[in-house]
Amino acid sequence: MMLETKNLSVRYGSLTILDNVSFTVGEKQWVMIVGPNGAGKSTIVNAISRGAPYTGQILLDGKDIKKYKSTEFARRIGILSQETPVGYSFTVEEVVALGRYAYSGGLLSPKAPRDAEYIERALELTGLKEFRRQSILTLSGGEKQRTFLAQVLAQDPELLILDEPTNHLDLVYQKQTFALIKNWIEETGRSVISVVHDLSLARAYGTHAILLHRGRLVASGEIKEVLTRENLASVYDMDVYDWMRKMLSQWEDGESGDLPVQQR
Amino acid sequence: MAAYLLFALAVLVTLIFCVCAGSVSVPVKETVSLIWKAITGAELPQSTARAIILNVRLPRVICVGFVGASLSICGAAMQGLLRNPLADGTTLGVSSGASIGAILAIAFGVSIPGFEGGGTVVMAIVFAFLALMLILSLAYKLDYTLSTNTIILIGVVFTMFAGSIISLLVTFAGDHVKTIMFWTMGSLAGSSYGNAITIGAAFVVCTAVLLGCARELNAFAISEDNARNIGVNVRRVKLTVLIAVSALVGVSVSIGGTIGFVGLVIPHMTRMLTGPNHKKLLPASIFSGAIFLMLADLVSRVVLSPIELPIGVVTSFIGSITFVYIFYSSTKKERV
Repeated sequence: MMLETKNLSVRYGSLTILDNVSFTVGEKQWVMIVGPNGAGKSTIVNAISRGAPYTGQILLDGKDIKKYKSTEFARRIGILSQETPVGYSFTVEEVVALGRYAYSGGLLSPKAPRDAEYIERALELTGLKEFRRQSILTLSGGEKQRTFLAQVLAQDPELLILDEPTNHLDLVYQKQTFALIKNWIEETGRSVISVVHDLSLARAYGTHAILLHRGRLVASGEIKEVLTRENLASVYDMDVYDWMRKMLSQWEDGESGDLPVQQR
Repeated sequence: MAAYLLFALAVLVTLIFCVCAGSVSVPVKETVSLIWKAITGAELPQSTARAIILNVRLPRVICVGFVGASLSICGAAMQGLLRNPLADGTTLGVSSGASIGAILAIAFGVSIPGFEGGGTVVMAIVFAFLALMLILSLAYKLDYTLSTNTIILIGVVFTMFAGSIISLLVTFAGDHVKTIMFWTMGSLAGSSYGNAITIGAAFVVCTAVLLGCARELNAFAISEDNARNIGVNVRRVKLTVLIAVSALVGVSVSIGGTIGFVGLVIPHMTRMLTGPNHKKLLPASIFSGAIFLMLADLVSRVVLSPIELPIGVVTSFIGSITFVYIFYSSTKKERV
């Protein structure tokens, strides 16, 4: 898997949100997209995942992403959004099973061979086995987000895009989620792109980073070379480097991927 | 599977019951033997019962069943697609749009050679689709999330707008006034076997299309964004469902007029039984919609006999009360 953007630009009228951004994402990388508010982090994700209008090119294994069929695209790239509002009382298992949609062979063979296996594994990884028959409307915000994480894991994409999925959730949950995704990468050898606000979180889990400022690419490459004192000082108004180093320890202890199952 | 057989049996029993009952009731045994003879092509007795059963009631009840099933599955599909438990042909204004088409066809004598009533059917379908597109694009412009309130509000405004156009057409219609008034109230009196074949054909085709979209509708019912994420071709599925729904609502309206609340209340009640999964919800809505409308039609025939009520009066009366009750009790337990 190789994702490549060439001179990616996004403009709304006379406003330039993203200005000629080029980068690549390769195998087994966890790429953190970082930068202050308004830098254009989510805009990149929207261009890749939701077909938001852009100029330039986005290539997946050398082929323009606009040329992929929707199911083919979903088998390659999976997206976990910030928050998914749910209207009806589907069960956790029904939501997770929909992650296998892209593999179904249409009306005659709605089920792909290893569907059950992937669904079980996703439920297990996210600690949702106990909740499988429960209505998603009865879950807490964190459990709901975990259900959609399980869905995208069942989808088994080569590249997983995380659009600040833990933004509205507490520290413990953020930590659990990122540890879980780290395990998933190690187990499957897949790649991840995350939009992240918290620099220490980016530094703790990322292998590579893309630093943006006012729509322009400041630096990209291995995380240690991107999140340097000089680079960060040119982007943020205050000295965030020391702060990042100091906060790093909070992600380090007890990094187990197991999510405790809450009894209710 | 066993549940569907049971459902199908219930539809058959209701059908026979509704054919027997009425201002003149015919014994079940005689009814069944008459229908059986007609199907097998045996010689039929020249009796009043025969005329009532085979020429009047049977085609009517069959039409009613198909219309009920059609409106119900359309409501269920729309509620999933728009993630909106209040979506339905009536609340969205699709039925009103179809009425305008049907009335225009009558007022201007639009017809298709070789297809009795074809002008009304086609005009109703076209206007149902146009109305739906207009309402949804307006709603998208105003409120990208297509929230319940926006859609219902626009639907109500559109229904009023359509009402004014219909009144205008009635003013100029002259001789056609009576036929036109029928569309605004809804009635299936005088349905023919020809009507039954038209609605039956539309039902089979559109239902097959909608059932084929059950999995995609589940994804839409969670959210359109989620549907896109898992690989649903969002635009194509949406257009497919909207065309199928417009066609089926259009044909239903051209045959039975505006029959309100069936597509709203029946899927809602069915969902309580089956859950929101469209693989179960859609087929179950078909059966329960057919049963409900056949019984409602029976009520409209017998309750003030020999006067016959328009069926829309009965369904809206039962429907609105049931809906308020369901809405009230379910919001107490959990969000709908």
